[in-house]
Amino acid sequence: MIVILTPTDQHDVATRDGLWMSAADAEKVTGWTLKPEGMCRAELCVPLPETAVKGTDVDVAAFWRKLGGPAIASEAGDVWALGAPADERNHALEGLMAPDFTLPDVDGVPRSLSQLRGTKVFLATWASW
Amino acid sequence: MWQTLYDELKDKGFMVVAVAEESRGAEHARPWIDQARAGSTSSYWQLVDTEHRLEDLYNLVNVPQAVWIDERGRIVRPPETAGSTDHFRRMDLSTRTMSPSDQAARLAARQAYLDAVREWVNTGRHAMPPDVARAGLPKVTPEIAEARARFRLGVWLRAHGRAAEGDLQMAEASRLHPDSWSMWRQAADLDEVGKASGPEFWERVQALGNRPYYPPPKL
Repeated sequence: MIVILTPTDQHDVATRDGLWMSAADAEKVTGWTLKPEGMCRAELCVPLPETAVKGTDVDVAAFWRKLGGPAIASEAGDVWALGAPADERNHALEGLMAPDFTLPDVDGVPRSLSQLRGTKVFLATWASW
Repeated sequence: MWQTLYDELKDKGFMVVAVAEESRGAEHARPWIDQARAGSTSSYWQLVDTEHRLEDLYNLVNVPQAVWIDERGRIVRPPETAGSTDHFRRMDLSTRTMSPSDQAARLAARQAYLDAVREWVNTGRHAMPPDVARAGLPKVTPEIAEARARFRLGVWLRAHGRAAEGDLQMAEASRLHPDSWSMWRQAADLDEVGKASGPEFWERVQALGNRPYYPPPKL
């Protein structure tokens, strides 16, 4: 099993040769579904190179890089981080709808920005360092 | 820092969401939060972001930065410095003090920023039209996207007892995204509490030359 970190989740997945995994696991990790046309999400399909599909297995690292996102492995290859593609982040911000998020408060209670619709929100960062 | 603002404006459809970019976790942030809350009957949200997710989503590079969001969930001011200034760069490092005029200027700038938030809540002023807000958004580059992924990996490795491997990922993240003070300072802090404001930090600040550490908001 290896660990895959996505921007908001962590998955433990059986893989081989890098990030080759079953289409079912690929869908769980990425939210994209393997179809004859490629990897698909809602109406959108991204064609995969022939070298990135074998039967029902998918090379998720190759797919992710095709999407334009970084796929970074630890030196030991046992932990991977799949980052959001730059275009996806820019597109979301340029739409000016504040990207929603859920984070725990200091007592562990999960809070989502979307709960605050209807009020003005001053969203500010700080740190102890 | 925001409690007074919140106490004053909370009945006017206003909320403060303070997010601690703190990979050491909630207990490390708690003393500051307790201090901010002290003496107040109700509090705004105090969230803890160990993986710096908010910085990934909003393309942030330092603390404190703020984003203003209206009732419909739209960004009306893009990320900007929230009340801090560069006067600290001129302080006497042996005594850690600023000149009286710098201290006054620093306080005045903070006050002006807080007043701008008040005006926004009370009158709507300082909210930017969409095209202006959009033009003020910092662009995410492929290098920044990779830096975020490496930073996330580094935090995970650090949290799982693999400090040396984690440090390598974080150092590469800072190399790819040198403008992110948050990544560099968080990595330094994970290495050793205090290192984020130690001699290496001051060297990095010096190296900015005429460039700002805290770009002033365009109010």
